[in-house]
Amino acid sequence: MAKVTIDGIEIEVEDGTTILQAARKIGGKVVPPAMCYYGPLKGSGGKCRVCLVKVTQGSAKDTRPMPKLVASCITQVQDGMVVENTTNEEVLNARKGIVEMLLINHPLDCPICDQAGECKLQDLSYEHGVSSIRYEEERRTFNKVDLGPYIQLHMTRCILCYRCVHVADQITPERVHGVLGRGDAAEIGTYIENVIDNEFSGNVIDVCPVGALTDKTWRFKNRVWFTKPLDAHRDCPTCSGKVTLWTRGDSVLRVTARKDQYNESLEFICNTCRFDKKETKDWTIEGPTHIDNGSVISANHYELPVINVPIVPNLPKSTTKILPEQS
Amino acid sequence: MESLSNRSKKLEKKEMTWAEKAYLPAIAQGLGITLKHFFRKKATIQYPEQTRERSSVWRGLHVLKRDENGAERCTACGLCAVACPAEAITMTAGERVKGEEHLYREEKYAVTYEVNMLRCIFCGLCEEACPKAAIFLQDDKLAPARYERDEFIYGKDRLVEPLKTTETK
Repeated sequence: MAKVTIDGIEIEVEDGTTILQAARKIGGKVVPPAMCYYGPLKGSGGKCRVCLVKVTQGSAKDTRPMPKLVASCITQVQDGMVVENTTNEEVLNARKGIVEMLLINHPLDCPICDQAGECKLQDLSYEHGVSSIRYEEERRTFNKVDLGPYIQLHMTRCILCYRCVHVADQITPERVHGVLGRGDAAEIGTYIENVIDNEFSGNVIDVCPVGALTDKTWRFKNRVWFTKPLDAHRDCPTCSGKVTLWTRGDSVLRVTARKDQYNESLEFICNTCRFDKKETKDWTIEGPTHIDNGSVISANHYELPVINVPIVPNLPKSTTKILPEQS
Repeated sequence: MESLSNRSKKLEKKEMTWAEKAYLPAIAQGLGITLKHFFRKKATIQYPEQTRERSSVWRGLHVLKRDENGAERCTACGLCAVACPAEAITMTAGERVKGEEHLYREEKYAVTYEVNMLRCIFCGLCEEACPKAAIFLQDDKLAPARYERDEFIYGKDRLVEPLKTTETK
């Protein structure tokens, strides 16, 4: 066990835990943001540098501070480590710079992008970035790559977090896409025109922190804040079948995996659930998904859940008249 | 009943004088006031022909602007609809196909865009929310009165700025 102090809050965690995981155990504001680290995927992290923190005391034995800011998602804790995240000016300035760097080649086409409203880069730039941009050069552009009927690739929006590559490696039997080229020319592609086609390929959409990989069946259908997320499940032979439905009225516009507060999929779902089951009758609806107050999705005027009554035990009397009769 | 505050004044009805009893001076005075108003500035205007001067920030009918090449600016991002306190705006988005680049500015565009002028409170929040400078509230037009409620739902045919066909380059 190791005792670490993050922003003045002490916590005891097991050896081998990373600083980010320790911070997530505390929760709240001390958690550094993460764009490339993805809990369920092994080997993710260490690429976007958004989670940089200052270690002011390396360990109890060696009390010297670490000379540079360290990436909290891949740095393991040591006993007696003291970490500063939001309390350190240097960290906040570095993060501001990193957001600006991430946005250099990002097209900022949020009004068109289907990810807008649930985009981590959007949140990050709101919280840590500056509102103006200093970059005057041409942004990079790419030839369009067709990834088949389900997945839409917008390479201009990609921040090269490698999450989708890890998903293809670890969740699906074979990987046909990867990062081609180096430096400024690095891009996600299939090299030879190839369709990403296997039962779990749709999960690359869920892990993508930006709108680079989006659902083609949901493309331009609606905006995320006009849809209502509902937890639902079905008996699926290939996956757990536990999903979030994004509905509008009776129609299911999109199906995604359930995500935790750090936007990480709790369980990966199969393509049949994701792309083919687009009707409410395919699913057993459990109730509305909890949406953070600060999220724009919560602006969609939630109604009381009327589909599945027993999950809300003490409905106020005024609402009972709209409830359907139970048989 | 005795008043509580004792602030009310007791009025005495005086006897009218001879001049007052004759009534004629009072009638002449009243006619004089009426006559004076003939030469005053009129409070009303002849509305459809004349219009009153409006404030420079007056908000009237919406318009969906085109860019300098005549392409529609709106990308159906839905920010106006989410900003709208009266929920007057609805839209559906579509993908631009090849060959429509001169019609729509971005790869996504509004296939339908409707503003319900009966719901709209002309607050201008849609204009403020628009990231593409597409929707504006004009300062010289207002929704005319109509007989049917359906006619107040303004679609793209009435909202989009007409193409400047007469303009020559």
